[in-house]
Amino acid sequence: MTQPSNAFDYAPAPESRAVVAIKSSYGLFIDGAFVDTIDGRTFKTISPATEEVLAEVTEAGAADIDRAVAAARAAYAGSWGRMAPRERGKYLFRVARILQERGRELAVLETLDNGKPIRESRDVDIPLVAAWFFHYAGWADKLDHAGHGPSPRPLGVAAQVIPWNFPLLMLAWKVAPALACGNTVVLKPAETTPLTALLFAEICQQADLPPGVVNIVTGAGETGRVLVEHPGVDKVAFTGSTEVGKMIARSTAGTNKKVTLELGGKAANIVFDDAPVDQAVEGIVNGIFFNQGHVCCAGSRLLVQENVYDEVLDSLKRRLGTLRLGDPMDKNTDIGAINSAEQLARVRELADIGDAEGAERWSPPCKLPDKGYWFPPTLFTGVTQAHRIAREEIFGPVLSVLTFRTPTEAVEKANNTPYGLSAGVWTDKGSRILWMADRLRAGVVWANTFNRFDPASPFGGYKESGFGREGGRHGLEAYLDV
Amino acid sequence: MSDETMSDETMSDGTVSDETTRLDVRKTYKLFIGGKFPRSESGRSYPVSAPGGATANAAMASRKDARDAVVAARAAFAGWSGATAYNRGQVLYRVAELMEGRGAQFVDEVAAGEGLDRAAAGAVVDAAIDRWVWYAGWTDKVSQVAGSANQVAGPYFNFSVPEPTGVVAVLAPQSSSLLGLVSVVAPAIATGSTVVVLASEAAPLPAVTLAEVLATSDVPGGVVNVLTGRTAEVAPWLASHMDVNAIDLAGVDAGPAATDLEVAAADNLKRVLRPTGGGAGADWVQVPDLTRLLAHLEIKTVWHPLGV
Repeated sequence: MTQPSNAFDYAPAPESRAVVAIKSSYGLFIDGAFVDTIDGRTFKTISPATEEVLAEVTEAGAADIDRAVAAARAAYAGSWGRMAPRERGKYLFRVARILQERGRELAVLETLDNGKPIRESRDVDIPLVAAWFFHYAGWADKLDHAGHGPSPRPLGVAAQVIPWNFPLLMLAWKVAPALACGNTVVLKPAETTPLTALLFAEICQQADLPPGVVNIVTGAGETGRVLVEHPGVDKVAFTGSTEVGKMIARSTAGTNKKVTLELGGKAANIVFDDAPVDQAVEGIVNGIFFNQGHVCCAGSRLLVQENVYDEVLDSLKRRLGTLRLGDPMDKNTDIGAINSAEQLARVRELADIGDAEGAERWSPPCKLPDKGYWFPPTLFTGVTQAHRIAREEIFGPVLSVLTFRTPTEAVEKANNTPYGLSAGVWTDKGSRILWMADRLRAGVVWANTFNRFDPASPFGGYKESGFGREGGRHGLEAYLDV
Repeated sequence: MSDETMSDETMSDGTVSDETTRLDVRKTYKLFIGGKFPRSESGRSYPVSAPGGATANAAMASRKDARDAVVAARAAFAGWSGATAYNRGQVLYRVAELMEGRGAQFVDEVAAGEGLDRAAAGAVVDAAIDRWVWYAGWTDKVSQVAGSANQVAGPYFNFSVPEPTGVVAVLAPQSSSLLGLVSVVAPAIATGSTVVVLASEAAPLPAVTLAEVLATSDVPGGVVNVLTGRTAEVAPWLASHMDVNAIDLAGVDAGPAATDLEVAAADNLKRVLRPTGGGAGADWVQVPDLTRLLAHLEIKTVWHPLGV
């Protein structure tokens, strides 16, 4: 801080981690209690920002899954299944309140385990988690009026497998509607981010949720496979990669399991020449650098109208130069850590392919911390639709920039992908927003905004981005026998 | 269309009794792809029961026919899904009008194909016509039932609308050659998807005649493409085709074959309607509900900003 050029630097402003108590080891949460594994193993979960070991968690084995599914079945047949829907809803309201009360604790834990900036976990993830439970709590005794027929029935036991990018938020998207509809659940969090799910298990205890209604089994891909293929589950809900989604679609073929999949994306973020440039640039940044680009609906393909290309790119580069990368616990941090060494390798590999295929890489001057997993905010120009960085989901802070001349060309380029999860449109013209929205083959279209989520707003993909919707009235269908 | 009823002068074996009587002009039953009526590119056909105790040679569609049909369906999708719902409703209603005029032919073909007497076949045809009317009325109402305005916590008008899934491959019910067929095709095209349908293998003739109705009903070419042939041969190509968005397995029984098709469909994450079971309990002989109409829809949510 002695150099004059650093005189106006931010002072460190770390959030205190004293608010959360992390245990040294965690069992599985089955039938209302933390239990030791029968046939599993243990593994360590680390903070990707520091590589510090946070806790030892359990990799559930097949016998553990049997036990969890049996507990969920018993709760479905017993307490939860027989409960008046109004009372079910009151449990969910109670859970929502505890989530709000313990919000800071959850945010800190999420940031430690995931690597995302505390600003995001505190202001986006955790508030949405509580909102999701609050929203679906109200549905529990109103299902007759949801447009899914009179007296719709729950499915039974739901197997839910969620990713590491929004660990607790994805839990909320899965658990809240499942319970509201009267199902019981066995949920497997991602192996790199199990801790907030385990804290959620404690919240279930604190809420006196009947045993077996929510079961949390930690583990990696094999644990998830065993859970999804378990003959005792009636419903499979998965959020993650398209590759794994296809495996699940195959393994559930010929069964009566109802399946919903929320998978990958390669969203176009389309900027027209009449868009306010500063606002659009903020939207581009939010679209791809929010959560380090670990977002299935990230705006990873920027389509800029040709006549404003220079202006938008100059402004965008200037803005990227102001992003602060580093300690996720710092309240001023914009870009946190890449979630794992494995993901970092994947991001690096695709960025290198971008170089090799002739696109031009640019990053702002950016010092990366010595420990942990980091990748600077990066954009590629000179990208064509044939480039792999324009076709494949990178799931990192890497933006591919393409151009277009006419609205029709923008639509064609935006839709030229096997994915169809989301899209963004930036223009001052309302009629053009709706014209574009009508033609974009994507489940969510954001106009003059990006990466907005709300429990009342259905979310989900077209084509290889999966099927089924989460959120709102539409999200109930995934957990009802309709 | 002289094969509607047997004339008095025609012997039961179809030969002409004397020089004053007239020989029936029998129909050639072909495929329906892109609004045209080709034979199978493979040159193959297979015998099926036709009215009057005759045997017709139905086209036996090949893998290439299936692919051609998918290309035609994809080409038709933009226009059909982009048509107004009012327009689609009128087109579907026109199908009902034209079926009504061809009722006797459908009755003969359903009777021959399904082994029904004319009264029973007549009831089936009436129900099939009424099903078109039912779905014709749905085209401009489905978004009010399946869509919503969503109260998000922010300055946005947020709304969800149903959109057609795209190209839908349909394995039509085997036992219900007309009512089953209409009950699975009409809901798909009502909402703007386009269809490649594989007709009942043993009783494909009503499907071909329906294609002739569609061709003269203002249904744009390619919106419905009708294949006849062996389900076990053609279905796997439709299930694995990367430009098909959804597959309806109504025409196969639950079991290993259906499972194989569902596995193949996972290659591009097709939406799969699993077999629902035929017979008296089949959904197509019941009063229709919204299940099949809503099955071929995607929900799109749009966040539109509020501001001055």
